[in-house]
Amino acid sequence: MEFKGYKRPDGSVGTRNYVGVLSTVICANEAAEGIAEAVKETTAFTHHQGCCQTPIDIQRVNETLVGLGRNPNLAAVLLVSLGCESTDVEQVAREISQSGKPVETVVIQEVGGAAKAIAQGVLIAQAMVTEASRAERAPCPLSELVVGLKCGSSDTTSGLSSNPAVGVLTDLVVEAGGTVIMGEVTEFIGAEHLLARHGKTPEIGQQVIELTQRMEQRAINMGFDIRGGQPTGGNIKGGLTTIEEKSLGAIAKAGNAPVEAVYEYGQKPQVKGLVIMDSPGREPEILTGLASAGANVIVFTTGRGAPQGFPFVPVIKITGNARTWEHLQDHMDFSVASVMEGSESLPQAGQRLLQEVAEVSSGRMTKAEINGYTRAMDIYMVGPVI
Amino acid sequence: MKSDAIMIKPEDNVATCLKDLQKGQVCRIGVGSESLNVVAQDAIEFGHKIAAKDISPGQDILKYGEVIGRATVLIPQGAHAHVHNIESLRGRGDLAGEGQ
Repeated sequence: MEFKGYKRPDGSVGTRNYVGVLSTVICANEAAEGIAEAVKETTAFTHHQGCCQTPIDIQRVNETLVGLGRNPNLAAVLLVSLGCESTDVEQVAREISQSGKPVETVVIQEVGGAAKAIAQGVLIAQAMVTEASRAERAPCPLSELVVGLKCGSSDTTSGLSSNPAVGVLTDLVVEAGGTVIMGEVTEFIGAEHLLARHGKTPEIGQQVIELTQRMEQRAINMGFDIRGGQPTGGNIKGGLTTIEEKSLGAIAKAGNAPVEAVYEYGQKPQVKGLVIMDSPGREPEILTGLASAGANVIVFTTGRGAPQGFPFVPVIKITGNARTWEHLQDHMDFSVASVMEGSESLPQAGQRLLQEVAEVSSGRMTKAEINGYTRAMDIYMVGPVI
Repeated sequence: MKSDAIMIKPEDNVATCLKDLQKGQVCRIGVGSESLNVVAQDAIEFGHKIAAKDISPGQDILKYGEVIGRATVLIPQGAHAHVHNIESLRGRGDLAGEGQ
């Protein structure tokens, strides 16, 4: 099996071919959106960070914007800056351009306000789209897939069908030489001892344990029982009772593949195979983190029906809940309710899912892309706003 | 014959319902190729858990062969097993100052 993707100058492969309009700070979001609304084949990334934060978070904003800019689904990048933010816009532009793609910057305070910045940005973006539209898809091996994993609005069908089916997909992608990135460290709590056994070495297993302890400690430090936050109210309605139960279902997405490495939020894996990335489970932060790490496609399991997508990485919605599949047709892409009903085996469902991933990676649109539900984005911060 | 609920490991003490159960209904719990019949003590929704055996207060709740929490009260066989009778053991900031 193969897929048709866009080969980029740095050797990575895109499954989409957008010009990315990236806001460098919360105060430039409106201008970035204004540009993207006016030019077809562009997409805006906006967020709430980049100012009045501690250095560790500013550094993370810089690194995440670089990662997003380098994502192979973007053919070119236009950065939109206010001008007085803490984000190091020049450094971000320089590091993105090292991947070989065109990068330009518009600064609102320099050009004389948002209207002029949007006008200037629209002209730059138009030229970028003209160039980008010359790109053609070419056959690529599955080893060029970088698959991000996510589960959301889970219920008990997630742990019994959709997450184990994704686990089969993980094993198939890893066998084919591809990369799979799993985050949602909150949803390791209570299952980290099992995931740690996937570690390629005891040290990597220990890193999984430590990452989980760090996330659990963040929650404990707030002085409350995390139930209601994790599992969520919706998870509880769906029958999930504790974070341990949710986690034991969530880690099934890892399949049987060894964990090759553990990374901080948004970092691009330096190895192929299954890797773990620090991130919470909430959609805006993890989808952004996966995109920053270079995911060119994301598979997202859901029980009750989570609608979120991302601006420039296709997000495939998979459910094992037959009611959700029927009831939320405009959000669901792929059903494994057959596994719950006993009419399809997990290996069969996983193989069918691999074909779905290859098809979407070759250009077939997902429900979230079609209905425009693609604005779940923000950068995961560790410190306070100051 | 199709199961009404599925228990993932033989050592588990709860099973996941594959359909809505009425109170008093016989529920066939599948465990691999084996099965076990219990009488539902409550109405239990699809996806929610039914106690496969009597579970004492303080006893571990087992699903996937792993501990998913602890019973806060006696959970009789056939009862709905959920947040009203099971507590989590993790992420308990509310207990952090009490040495658990």
